[in-house]
Parts: sequence; C-alpha cells; structure tokens
Amino acid sequence: MSRELTEAVSDLREADALRITDELLESGADPLTIVAACKEAMDVIGQRFADGQAFIPELIMAGEIMQAISGKVKPHLASQPAEERLGIVVLCTVQGDIHNIGKDIVASMLGIAGFDVVDLGVDVAIPTVVQKVRELHPQILGLSGLLTIALDSMKATVAAVAEAGARDQVKIMVGGAPVNEDVCAYVGADGWGKDAVAAVQLAKSWVGGA
Amino acid sequence: MFTDDWNDLTPDQRLAARLDAWQNAPIEFAAPEVKQAYFDRVQLWRDAIALKKPAHVPITPWIGLFPMRYAGFTGHDGYYDYDKLAQAWDKYHADFQPDAIAMTLAMVPGKLFDILDFKMYDWPGHGTGEDTSYQYNEREWMKDDEYDLLISDPSNYWQRYYVPRMFGALEPWGMLSPFTDLCEIPFTAPFFVPFALPPVKQMLQKMMDAGDAAMEWLQAFLAIDGKLMATLGIPSQAGSSTKAPYDILGDTMRGTRGLMLDKFRRPEKVKAAMERLVPLAISWALRSADVNRHPIVFIPIHKGADGFMSDEDYRTLYWPTFKAVLLGLIEEGLVPLVFAEGGYNERLEVIADPDIPTGRMIWMFDDTDMARAKKIVGARQCIGGNVPGSLLAMGEPAQVDAYVKDLLGKVAGDGGFMLGTGVVLDEAKPENFRAFIDAGRKYGAGA
Repeated sequence: MSRELTEAVSDLREADALRITDELLESGADPLTIVAACKEAMDVIGQRFADGQAFIPELIMAGEIMQAISGKVKPHLASQPAEERLGIVVLCTVQGDIHNIGKDIVASMLGIAGFDVVDLGVDVAIPTVVQKVRELHPQILGLSGLLTIALDSMKATVAAVAEAGARDQVKIMVGGAPVNEDVCAYVGADGWGKDAVAAVQLAKSWVGGA
Repeated sequence: MFTDDWNDLTPDQRLAARLDAWQNAPIEFAAPEVKQAYFDRVQLWRDAIALKKPAHVPITPWIGLFPMRYAGFTGHDGYYDYDKLAQAWDKYHADFQPDAIAMTLAMVPGKLFDILDFKMYDWPGHGTGEDTSYQYNEREWMKDDEYDLLISDPSNYWQRYYVPRMFGALEPWGMLSPFTDLCEIPFTAPFFVPFALPPVKQMLQKMMDAGDAAMEWLQAFLAIDGKLMATLGIPSQAGSSTKAPYDILGDTMRGTRGLMLDKFRRPEKVKAAMERLVPLAISWALRSADVNRHPIVFIPIHKGADGFMSDEDYRTLYWPTFKAVLLGLIEEGLVPLVFAEGGYNERLEVIADPDIPTGRMIWMFDDTDMARAKKIVGARQCIGGNVPGSLLAMGEPAQVDAYVKDLLGKVAGDGGFMLGTGVVLDEAKPENFRAFIDAGRKYGAGA
C-alpha cells in the first residue's frame, strides 16, 4: 500500500494520496513507512523536474499533498523514535527583497528531504541572520533573492557572517532568478542552485547525504 | 478617433494611422532638428517592428530606479518628490540619449498609496527600505472559492471583493450594492442607503483625496515626458498596458502558488476565468492607447516563463487566451510589446504562432537564448532585450561592451531588433550603463 501512496503522491492525485494515508493509519501501519513513501515520491518528482518532465506547479502541488499527509501522520509519530535528520538549514530572502516563492519551495523540498529548515522569512536584516547562525549552528545557510539589489545584500550578509567568526562553520548557498556562477563568486557563497531540486542536491552533497 | 471611417479600416490601415499619429504628435518642439530627431526615432521603431533594417539599432532599455540613483537620489525620492524625479529624468535622458523615454509611469505616486492604505505592495517607507523599488506582497488576494463570483460579474467582483482587500481605505466598498441593481425607480433608493454610512463617506473622501494626488502626479509626469520629447526629441516607450489573462490571475489575484494549485484542483474554473478576462484585457489597453495616441502596448508577462509550467500547459492553458488578447490588440492597429521576464526558451515555438500576422508586435526577452529567439520568433516579429541586469550591476564596462557586441552580432544584422535590458533596471554602475549605450551605438550603427 505504501507503493500505492508513493504513486498517488508522485502522480499528484491529491484525493487518492490522502485516502490511502488514512487507510494506512487506520490499518495500524508504521507511520514512518508513510514518511518514507512520501520521500520516495519526492525523489520521483525531483527526478522528473531534473529531466524537464515536471515544473514548479508540480513541485508546489507535491509539497502541498505531503504537508497534508504530514499533518495526518504527525500525531502517530509522537511515540516513535525520531527519524534521522540530515542537518539544520537556516533560510531567508535577504534584506531589501520581499520575494518568497522560490525560498518557500526550497524550504518545503529541503524539509521533505530530511533537513530541519528554519525559515527566517523575507527582507531579513543582516544582524538577524548572523544571530540565528550563531544561535542554531546550522550546517547550511541559504540566501534567496529576486531583485538585483539582493545581490549586494547577499554579499553583505556573507561578509557579516564572516565578521562574526562563523564563516567556516556554515556552508552558504545562494539562489534566485539573477543568481549564477558569477553572482555566487561575487557574494562569496560556497555554492548556488538554479532551482529547488539543485538546492536539495547541493545541501545533501554538503552534509554527505548524497 | 484617428479617422472618421475608423470602423471601416483594416487592421493594417489602423496600424498605419496609429503609427502616423505617434510619429507626427502635435508637440511644440524646441527646434526643427529636435522635431526631426523625434520623427527619426519613431521611424527606428517603425522599421524594427516591420522587420526592416533601421538607420541604427534602437536603444530602448527598461528603466526603473536607475536614473534616481544615477542622480544621487533614492527610491523614496522617486515616488514622493516630483522635483527630484524631474531632475533625475532630465539628467538620465540628456546624458544617455536613449531612443525611448524611461517609463515614468512606473514612478508611482507614494502619496496616493499612503492615502488609500495600499496593501498589495510595499514601497519605500512602507515595508521596504528608503532606496528600494516597490515590491509585490505575494498572497491570495482572491480566494480559491471566488472563481464563480469573478466569472459571473468581474466588475462586481473587483469592486466588492478584490478592491476592498487591495486598499484598506476602500474596505467599505464591500458595503455597497452591485451597480447592476440600479434600473427601475422603486429599486433606486435602497441602492443609495449605504452611502449615508460614515465609513462609506470617509471612503469617498479618501477617494477624492487620492484623485487629487493622482492628478498632481499626472501633471508632473506629463511635464517631465513633455519636456523630454520637446527638447531632446525622445518618444515615450508605450501608451498603454495590459496583461495576459493567466498573469492577471497569477500575479495579483490568486497569487503564483494559488494559481499553480488551482491548475490541479479547479482547472475548468481557471480556464473560464481567463476567457472572461480576455475582452477586459483588450479594452484596458485600447482605452489608454486612444487617449494617449500611442500604438505601443506594454505587456509584462511572468507566470508562463520556463519552469513555471509544462509545455503542454503553456500551449493549452497560458497561450490561447493571451493569443486572443494579442490578436484583439492587433485587430485595433495596436502593437503589443511583450516583456517576457525570466527564461522563455521553452516557449519560442509556441509564440511564433503563424496566426499572429508578421511584423505586428515586439517580443522583449530577458534570460533567453537570443540566437534561437531570432531564428524562431525573429522571423515573424521584432525581438529585443536580454542584456542582464546582473551584468550591469556587478560587471565591468569591458564585459558589457563585449556582451552587447556579441548580442548585436548574433541577432541585429538584418534588422527587426531593439537593444534593451532583460530587467527593469534599478541597479547599474553608471560606467556600465554608459558602456551599454556606447556599445549599442558602436555596434548597432548600420547593423
């Protein structure tokens, strides 16, 4: 039945996916198998995205379905041993920019992939980012932006993390429409991604998850 | 209208009449040579649109806050201080002499949005920093269960549901009845009862105050553009705007995420709503174009870019109603200028649609392979754009020069091309912008 669930989620059949989840939970199935089926579905969709067979709406719809499934599964997970997590990612849209769509997709996909994502929101002041890096000791800091003004904010944020003495403790990734190899070098990040799937691959490669 | 027999004219005749009206606009030019410069610049546009080789490649960048920063002012100044706006616009156009006026329309009046308590965007002093551009607040301004309301009566939906969410000061509009209630005498008085309510009266006062702010802005805007036309001979870039129906829904109604989910959950409603919006989108552009006597219709498009949907969805969901809007505008003799932000590499075959008559519109691209765009779309329509904002913001003049040289070498040789930026430009190093203009003149002369 978990195979059926993987297929329903990866085919974006929302009603079927939720019905199967209910049936699995009612039949006393291990909730972790449901979580695993969802991760597998996300891998399928991620691969389709990488192959040009799925697009942003498919990623968002899959995230939506998985969030609903997660809501159903969570009460049953309380007595379970914690599933293995890959690490902490602190994520934000940088100061001066309030665009959230790309960041939200990345947050959703990193969460499904097994990261603990701390989303600081949009237009995040540089001291806030530095404070969160110091407080949470994330493995990864993700900086997002759509406007060209965001590029200088990214650069300033990376510099502030360095000034706080935390630069070598965290890998920094940047993303957003204007971001490319040159931007990555300009802002002093460790890596960049063209889309959310690339962000997940990069994050996993940094923590040894892939 | 432009002629007494307008309704009998063919689309070609209407186009010619509108272009003639633009090129021979009744402007009191400062000198005969300025008049000639204006005429010649419009001729560059005409030639490029007609896929002919213009005297030189028209240089028509998309400009946002760049002139404000170039003149030492901030974004806040641009939205609130018309004297500084005028100084910045004067300096930018005098120094760079582009072939179109920067879009003064995008320098919106901050005071108006203060009065109306505009919620849909943030702007300097209202959610964003002093020196940023305005930015959209992404959320579901239209709820997922409101499609039927929109489809059955768009104006009523706008007035009583959408607009009250958009502007805090217009919330009381939801207390009014639909205007379609007004017909026979016994039904009239009840319609007016809500106008006696204090919140409605306050709302109407704020609307009148907003009208004053809009008029003040319009006068400043007309003076700025008028001076640039009369003294420098530079024409304005567009006379009207509209949007693709999918973008109307996706940009500021259902939101990007909301509309993407609707595609799975209620696809028929999405299609019906888009079809309902087609005549509204045409009418929106047409009314402005007629008043401003300017044929170019600015159409920024967003939510059909590469990655935002599959090719099949673009063909079946995005393109049919957008195409209907384009054809409606072309039928009226207007020239759609589509600004395709983001990547449009996957859409080129679709937008080179043979149903759209050749030489009747302009496609401005951003992050798109311009050699392919030239081959596929450029065979039918004028193309342009593409110089990256990140290059102008972060690069060096030599890189800008090399980029423009390569671009013009690839796509401008036989005409039908306009040099522009891939983004509406807020940030650029002045020396890079200078390099962009100089390279355009150097490599676009006789190109």
